[in-house]
Amino acid sequence: MTDLSVANTAKKTAFDVDAIRRDFPILSQQVNGKPLVYLDNGASAQKPVAVLDAMDRYYREMHSNVHRGAHTLGDRATVAFEGARETVREFLNADSTREIIWTRGTTEAINLVANGLAPQLKPGDEILVSQMEHHANIVPWQMIAERTGAKVVPVQITPEGELDLESFNSLLNDRTRILAITHVSNVLGTVNPVAALVQQAKARGVLTLLDGAQAVPHYRPDVQALDCDFYVFSSHKLFGPTGIGVLYGRAQLLEEMPPYQGGGEMIERVSFERTTWNTLPYKFEAGTPAIAEAVGLGAAIEYLGRLDRRALETAEKALLDRANQLVETVPGMEIIGTAKHKVPVMSFKIAGLHPSDIGTLLDQQGIAIRTGHHCAMPLMDFYGVPGTARASFAFYNTLDEVEQLFTALQKVQRLFA
Amino acid sequence: MTACEQTFLNNPLGKDTTLEDVLDGFEFLDDWEERYAFIIDLGKQLPSFPDEARTEENYVHGCQSQVWLIHHYDEESGKLFLLIDSDAMIVRGLAAIILVALNGKTPRDLLATDIDELFEKLDLFRHISPTRGNGLRAMVGKIRDTAARVAAA
Repeated sequence: MTDLSVANTAKKTAFDVDAIRRDFPILSQQVNGKPLVYLDNGASAQKPVAVLDAMDRYYREMHSNVHRGAHTLGDRATVAFEGARETVREFLNADSTREIIWTRGTTEAINLVANGLAPQLKPGDEILVSQMEHHANIVPWQMIAERTGAKVVPVQITPEGELDLESFNSLLNDRTRILAITHVSNVLGTVNPVAALVQQAKARGVLTLLDGAQAVPHYRPDVQALDCDFYVFSSHKLFGPTGIGVLYGRAQLLEEMPPYQGGGEMIERVSFERTTWNTLPYKFEAGTPAIAEAVGLGAAIEYLGRLDRRALETAEKALLDRANQLVETVPGMEIIGTAKHKVPVMSFKIAGLHPSDIGTLLDQQGIAIRTGHHCAMPLMDFYGVPGTARASFAFYNTLDEVEQLFTALQKVQRLFA
Repeated sequence: MTACEQTFLNNPLGKDTTLEDVLDGFEFLDDWEERYAFIIDLGKQLPSFPDEARTEENYVHGCQSQVWLIHHYDEESGKLFLLIDSDAMIVRGLAAIILVALNGKTPRDLLATDIDELFEKLDLFRHISPTRGNGLRAMVGKIRDTAARVAAA
């Protein structure tokens, strides 16, 4: 433990946040006459020049449709597009690019899996989720539950915002068919012990899906080590473009699942008598894909690969620690989600203030946060709040910005006094 | 006359606090802090809202915070009286501005009032987010629908 912290301190000096901020041009602007302090990374992260350039270059030099044209541009586009798939495979440590499906994002990926597994479900089957899920990992399951007679069962959480393992153990039973759970909570920042949960689920033959949307900006997941059946995430939270995301799925399961959408690309042969499906991953990629976005996501992952991920984690932890220290400077401020293992996400409430009032008045001071229910209404119900204010940090945020947030919160409080 | 009707008729917004007061007030505010402090203060003038009226029927959809609207048509004077409630203070303030402009008018006068012009004069939209702007429009929309219904009855 001591050795590790020494190593981290040594690397911390090598971590130059000013240099990193120069990679993100959007950060150096003024909002409402104040320097922008962007603390809404949990909703969507900003993009480095490497991503913008990769997409620009793609459109300027190589755009054409993929897998089709008998010409040079078509080849270039296909090489770039499939190269990005390989980059994602490596990022997740998946076994094969056959297991990497492009989707529009996390939401579509979960819908795809839910629909693909629906034929295997029967009345009385249970789909285990948790109280802290984003609606994207609740509603698709509810929709197929309605179709199949299965039931969506939530694992309870503790007041600190950790998964209640007793509840998990008692709810995981012979009727459980699917465990669909978030790796990291978008509201609480809690990092769930997903490897252990997957292991327990698998021992009972339960299929497992991990929602990695909030995890990948902070950790590099290893799907083989996690041993999950499905892992999903969105590009735009991982410093890549919007409109694209990833479904990792175990090849054998993907083979068994029916296609999600029909159309071009996903077929092997079409006739009015009989149509057959393309091989993986194309079976699940009907229509012309988001090619430039795939290239952009590949560039984002490569950009992150050039940074010292351990140093970034240390820097992010320093941001959260500083924020936690400063909570007491705002009377009546309370953190929602105090799990031991957290990413730098801070949901909070301030006595007497509505989250939307806090958000509006922080925006006047150039500070961007998220307010509302964060697409996690069951979690809001658990805490008995209509919504929270949430500051979510990325490695390009500075300690000075954390301090500015608290100075601004004090000002907000004075205004309402 | 019921207590609730009294609340409607005694609402200071649009009666004691006039549009001129608000316009004059805004004129001398330079920075965002003064502007919002003024809006928040206006919100404090909203009369208390009856608990039992916080129903789905009276809920204004499209706002970030919870907003309720009820009305009372005074047959004697032919005027429409409004009460708005919200759990967010800035929304209460913006609701107060709307009431200053629209409360206690005949439905016909209410429908003839150009509220967008007022918002423009106050330069409100420049200082509030598009989502908040949508909430404002949702409130105004529900008030205008109510006025149109009463006028047609």
